[in-house]
Amino acid sequence: MIGSPDLVAFTKEDEYGHTNPDPWAVPEEFSVPLHPLVDLNPWAKTSYAKFTKDFILISEFSEQVGPQPLLTIPDDPKVCGSFDLNYFSLRIMSVDYQASFVGHPPGSGYPRLSFVEDSRVVLGDSKEGAFAYVHHLTLYDLEARGFVRPFCMAYVSADERKIMLQFEELSFRFSQASECLKAGNRRAFAKELQRKLRDLEYTHSVLQKEEGLQREARPQTMYSAHAVEKANELANVEKSIYEHRDLLRQISSYHQRPRRDPNAVTCQTCLNECLSECEQLLDKFAKIASPFTHSEDSGEDGRSQPDGEEEVDGEEEEGVRRRPSYTPQLIKAKSAKCFDKRLKTLQELCDDVFYEATVELLKDTERSFRGDLCYLHTRRLDRALRRKQQVTNFLFEEDLGEDEESEFGALRPVCAVNHVRANCTILNPPPVVLQLDPPEPDSDTIQTQQSECHLDSADSDHTVETQETTERYRRGQSGAGPVDRKQDQGGTTSETPDHDLTPDPVLTPDLERESSSEDLETTAGEDEGDSVGDQTPVSLLEVESELMTRREDESEGRPDGTFDMDSDLLIPIDTTCCLSQEGFLYDDSTPLVPPFMDQSSDPQSCETLVVKQEPQALLPLQDQYSVSSPGSGSPAAGLDLPVLAFGDSDSRTSVEEGSDCTLSASTGSERAPSPLGYGGMVTLHQRKKAGQGSLRFVRQYPFAVQALWCLMSGRTLVVLGTDEGRVRRLVSALALFVPGPGKCAEKVQSWLSVPFTLTDLQRWKLIGLQRMASPVGSSMLYSLSRYSRYISILDADQKTLRCPPYCGQLLANMATHRTYIRRGSTYFLHLQSTLCRLAAKAFLFTFTHHLHLPVSSTEAPEVVEGRRHCFLQEQLGLGEDDSLILLYLSQLITQQYLQPTTGGSAASTCFSLKYTTSVLYKI
Amino acid sequence: MFRWILGGREAQGSVEPVLCIGEEQPKNWFTELQVLKGHFDIVRFLVQIDDFRCASAGDDGLVLVWNVETGERLQELRGHSQQITAMTTFTCNNGALPHTSLITASSDKSLSLWDPDTGNRVQTISDLQSSVKCLLVLERLCVWVSGGEELCVWSKDFQLQCQRQNHSDTGVTALIELPKNCIAAAMDKVIVIYRLTVSTDSSLSMSEIRCLSDHQDQVRALININDGLFASGSHAGELILWDAVDWNILAYEHILWETPDHQREGEEDRMGDLILAAVGSVVAYRKVAHDSNVLHTMLLSDSELMSCSEDGSVRMWEIQDLPLPAEPTSPGFFGMWTFGRSNKQSGPPSKKPADVPHVRTLELTGDLIGHSGAVQMFVSFKENGLVTCSTDHLLILWKNGERQSHLRSLALFQKLEENGGL
Repeated sequence: MIGSPDLVAFTKEDEYGHTNPDPWAVPEEFSVPLHPLVDLNPWAKTSYAKFTKDFILISEFSEQVGPQPLLTIPDDPKVCGSFDLNYFSLRIMSVDYQASFVGHPPGSGYPRLSFVEDSRVVLGDSKEGAFAYVHHLTLYDLEARGFVRPFCMAYVSADERKIMLQFEELSFRFSQASECLKAGNRRAFAKELQRKLRDLEYTHSVLQKEEGLQREARPQTMYSAHAVEKANELANVEKSIYEHRDLLRQISSYHQRPRRDPNAVTCQTCLNECLSECEQLLDKFAKIASPFTHSEDSGEDGRSQPDGEEEVDGEEEEGVRRRPSYTPQLIKAKSAKCFDKRLKTLQELCDDVFYEATVELLKDTERSFRGDLCYLHTRRLDRALRRKQQVTNFLFEEDLGEDEESEFGALRPVCAVNHVRANCTILNPPPVVLQLDPPEPDSDTIQTQQSECHLDSADSDHTVETQETTERYRRGQSGAGPVDRKQDQGGTTSETPDHDLTPDPVLTPDLERESSSEDLETTAGEDEGDSVGDQTPVSLLEVESELMTRREDESEGRPDGTFDMDSDLLIPIDTTCCLSQEGFLYDDSTPLVPPFMDQSSDPQSCETLVVKQEPQALLPLQDQYSVSSPGSGSPAAGLDLPVLAFGDSDSRTSVEEGSDCTLSASTGSERAPSPLGYGGMVTLHQRKKAGQGSLRFVRQYPFAVQALWCLMSGRTLVVLGTDEGRVRRLVSALALFVPGPGKCAEKVQSWLSVPFTLTDLQRWKLIGLQRMASPVGSSMLYSLSRYSRYISILDADQKTLRCPPYCGQLLANMATHRTYIRRGSTYFLHLQSTLCRLAAKAFLFTFTHHLHLPVSSTEAPEVVEGRRHCFLQEQLGLGEDDSLILLYLSQLITQQYLQPTTGGSAASTCFSLKYTTSVLYKI
Repeated sequence: MFRWILGGREAQGSVEPVLCIGEEQPKNWFTELQVLKGHFDIVRFLVQIDDFRCASAGDDGLVLVWNVETGERLQELRGHSQQITAMTTFTCNNGALPHTSLITASSDKSLSLWDPDTGNRVQTISDLQSSVKCLLVLERLCVWVSGGEELCVWSKDFQLQCQRQNHSDTGVTALIELPKNCIAAAMDKVIVIYRLTVSTDSSLSMSEIRCLSDHQDQVRALININDGLFASGSHAGELILWDAVDWNILAYEHILWETPDHQREGEEDRMGDLILAAVGSVVAYRKVAHDSNVLHTMLLSDSELMSCSEDGSVRMWEIQDLPLPAEPTSPGFFGMWTFGRSNKQSGPPSKKPADVPHVRTLELTGDLIGHSGAVQMFVSFKENGLVTCSTDHLLILWKNGERQSHLRSLALFQKLEENGGL
């Protein structure tokens, strides 16, 4: 069985911080040469897959025709291309480790429903170039063999690593979908049972009647063959009734059985509904037991009772299920297990509602896993980072509100059928373990052994246990020393981006519970971050790796500076990505900028930084305030790629100035020609375009830095011009620099053709203004000159800027017209990182008490003032003008913090101004 | 004793831009502003209710109560169907805590008493024969006087105590309180002094005592200077200082306006304030103060003065000694300003005859530009800020940015503490 598909070892870096020399080196026995190593193009690795995008496949192991695909998500034949779904279904269905036990267990009289946990398995098909996360589940079907129908849902991707690294999340999401299906299935099954029971009763009563008639007709002397047959039939029906009643009881006790599945999530409402329904049925049919005990007059009894039942049923059914009342049918004594009957479809097996909800869930899953691993990683990092900075996110990050909500919701234990979230509970409620319990070195060795033994024998006779084992196929514990869990997990577990990917190979029940809870925890932590949609589909790659390691050290606080797996893990990604982009964007950064450079050197180095290399280490400030800064070892060292410093810019200048598509196509999803439409990226797309625009602006206007300074220090910038398109473009380019632009960029007015008033200035921080020659134009000019103290005027026609002089260093790295960045999206990312750092500084400044308020009551305000000044100047290294930016950001943060809901509240926001003279800049 | 420096006819044809301070204004501490929207028409009146509240009223008949600290609109007093012509506060000391109410008069010939805390209209009188143009509260007698075509005295319960018809067409345009239960009412070109007498049955009666008819033109403003003095200003630019007890002219000055079209009502109002500032021996002046007519001025402290004008700006002035061998002056000094059309003025801004020893000059320390229409009035809340109202239907709250930022920081850390961290 295993022979046919390549069962892929579930390999990933372990969470215990073992130093694995190379987590990607699969042990000999598992490594399958996927492609010749000579192929240097990293994208080629997957290029021979016959499908273009990842998709979700639902297949069934039909008892009639064997494995067959049911549907794919997205439901588009183009998705799979020439990929043979039938064949692949066969493969994935052939590794069903659920091993559902079918039939009568010895000793018990009745057939038993097998309560099997789902199993999760990663497998690959080297020939097809396909890898899949396969989630097996069984649904109940009264007519099926053993009452079960095996199904599986598979996430099919050409990238093995993607599946490996996303395993936890995939598992979580698919579990959810599976739970949803199963919940619907249980209801449907109960209904079916009910129907069947009624039929049986009816048959029973009819038979009894016949028997009675026979007996009357023929006194008890002799039994004809016919009578014997009848009696047998009756006995059969009775047995069948008992069996079905027992099934009903079993299905209603479904919820009581212990769940091992850490990801099993159930909606309490659904559960209760189902439960009460089943109980009703049970009650109802318990009464029917009576006719069998009676002897003679049971004929009438049996006859009348179902009738009475019928009426009640009719009412009930209409009330409860809104189904037309059901007329019982005679049932042939023959078993229904024949091969010519039509099997129920998946949709019939589950309630429609649940089916739809599941499909919706899966679609959502598919959507959220679009893009390649790099992209997903980056997005996750980005989210994780942003989660850390909730207070300042409003400044420069686009709003994630809804996005966050939706994805958040999807990963939460939420009922797919739209029951209130509060109703949903995680089974196996996690004992809250953030600071983990005493280290258990034994357990780990046990695990190792066990997992190894499982590896050897991936046979199918584990029932419930299988899911853990399959789920946690792992390797690489071998070289591990004793585990120090505390060290690893004591930190902010949920925030390490990769942490959640690590499996928890614990098999003992106790440990398992704990581990599962932990899993949940990490997953839950992760979804917050994950919810950020479509942040940066492109070329964050360079930043990512560094960031990643950074974050790793930061959060895990490993003093010894072992970035083993992270860096190892990421380097290949990096290289591949970089390679793919016709050259390297990455510059050897370490000599120039030690990642944890001290602040004083910052402004100076900034300048050099930007020009050559965008991805500066994020947030040095945070590092300084992190739990423990990883000592000497510059974590980026492992990431330094031996690349030419400037090779990229020249080689790439010709490529494109405007189209980000190629880039995003290459990274966003490996082969897809245009991933731009993915996931409703309108905002992102706009912002990316804006990035291009701002890059152009920065390169074109030598006074760009002044303009940016105006925007960032809160001075309204008016872009004046005749040509609407040009003004709009400029505005959208500059809008990136407006701090706290609001959810829908309320602070930006891209085109205004009436004179503005003070109210407008208070509302908008960036205004595109039409220049007109009409009287309206003159009054507009009047308002311009009148409010000149509040605004800076960028004349798009004459290319001048009138604003207060700025001579700071802070913005220099964002707005050098000699920048080497050629790509809008790259520049956009560069901006993001710089602005992010700025926001972090502002955050620090805002929330440092002694910079704003006196430490003691005797302290004069001047002292505080001096301290603030000193902080800004010496610690942050900001000049007078740069301080203004920080002060403004700080003001925004304060306002936001004090009244976060200020949207259009009555008390309008204040608007600060400065009395300074302006100068005119020309090109 | 008084020297009036007259803005002479200095228009010599040369065009000089109006006195402009430029953008560098280190002494201007109004570095934050907040626009308060709510009115639909010209906002004409601002009244300070207490330390943090003010009421605004205007042509839309609305009275809005604002919180100056936050900029919130606290109450909206609706009731008048037409524009509001006068508004004043009325403080009752009957309880332990003095309670301030608002009295408004409107063109719909009604008078209303409002409770600014609840927004209720406590009392209203709607069947007046004419609209009331000015209101005067005599707190000592616990009565208030309304002046229009008729002069009425009301008790605090809105009971009419006594009434007097006027004979002039214009009616009473200004009212001030004088010692000895007297009030002065400006009617057209005359100032009439009335005396209120409380008879034994505690009813009030009002009798005309004197009619001062020294002004050549319509009297626009009446101002109390101190217990013994009051002043009046007329449309034609006359200023007369009166003895408040025996109503004799103490001083008379006529300001020569270079062109008749300067003589608008706003200037008189300004002049009234000017006289307020003019008790003493020193006079400061500034010729080219605003682009347009000044509508309201106020002495903020001993040395600071503010004025607002139809040009939509508020300017802040500092009364400064000229580098002259001037005698040390008493703390109260006074400025006098003539205002002219900017383009008609040619002299240096601080032109001052050197032979006047005690004259001080006004130095422009800052201007507040925000309104797009004439600034009708302003109310200062000291360090809490300044509220201006304007014909552009807006109120602007000007604040000290540093102070506000300090307050915000306080609030921030307080909230931080309440929340127990971020």
